[in-house]
Amino acid sequence: MSTSATVIAGCALVTAAIKAAGPVALGGRELPTWFTSVVILLSPALLAALVATQAFAEGDRLGLEADTAGVAVGGLVIWRSGSIVACVVAAAAVTAALRAL
Amino acid sequence: MPFAVAGGILAASFGILADEAGFSDIAAVIMSAIVFAGSAQFTAISILAQGGGAGAAVAAAALMNSRFLPMSAAVGPSFSGGPIRRALKGQAVVDHSWALSSRGDGTFDQHLLLGASAIAYTTWVSGTAAGALWGDALGDPDALGLDAIFPAFFFGLLLNEIKSRRARGVAALGTAIALVLVPFTPPGIPVLVASLASLVGLTRGARAAVLERQEAEGEAR
Repeated sequence: MSTSATVIAGCALVTAAIKAAGPVALGGRELPTWFTSVVILLSPALLAALVATQAFAEGDRLGLEADTAGVAVGGLVIWRSGSIVACVVAAAAVTAALRAL
Repeated sequence: MPFAVAGGILAASFGILADEAGFSDIAAVIMSAIVFAGSAQFTAISILAQGGGAGAAVAAAALMNSRFLPMSAAVGPSFSGGPIRRALKGQAVVDHSWALSSRGDGTFDQHLLLGASAIAYTTWVSGTAAGALWGDALGDPDALGLDAIFPAFFFGLLLNEIKSRRARGVAALGTAIALVLVPFTPPGIPVLVASLASLVGLTRGARAAVLERQEAEGEAR
């Protein structure tokens, strides 16, 4: 099976299982506090790691590239304007402009 | 309406970026149609685009989706029907429709949730198709800076998640773990290991904060 087919099948199965487990296995019952507490903090941990590795890493090297500046500007835009669309467009535009220099 | 527009643009970005991660147009659309979980899909293909393997991509997507467990468990009692019907309705839970259908008292409007999800699903799948087809006509994705869309998009999601000081600390810890590991581990692994930063949730202070919030929600009921 190709990588993309494996990833699609794997993601479809785990997503369906997670979404089905909530209403069926746990319907009405409260999840343990420690579990909810960890799950709530998974998003900031994963998102921060994704931003950092994509902005600063090229393969196994760390460095400042055009996309680092693009992401920084995109971050400023969403922080000031709250618009995810403006943020994404600014990040791509800055990165493209720096690469064209 | 602005949300549908933003959703369509994000879906189109997904189609374009999936192209860049080596997906065929059809594969990108199939993924949106059967996975229907934006942040997990972006996570999986961004790990592939960084050179990570299928296992790391699926594992990171699963971690990203783990939030649907408490979310769909909360909706469960508001769904009518037997276990199979409720399991099927659970598939409709996405961030936007979940938040929209919450009545604020611990119950959910299941018709509103299913309706909002149906619209989101249509936008997501058709937007992906548009992006995947349109992406080929755009030319070199690197020259257009399209690879910066991933991290910028995740940054936007991150800002929503770091409203508490504890969450900001976890984000900083996750960043540090990931960057330290980049030179020593295969791509994809730093992000997975960084998820361990969420174990801060096991501390007494973090659990107390969750209990406090649950009690506040209980009182609203």
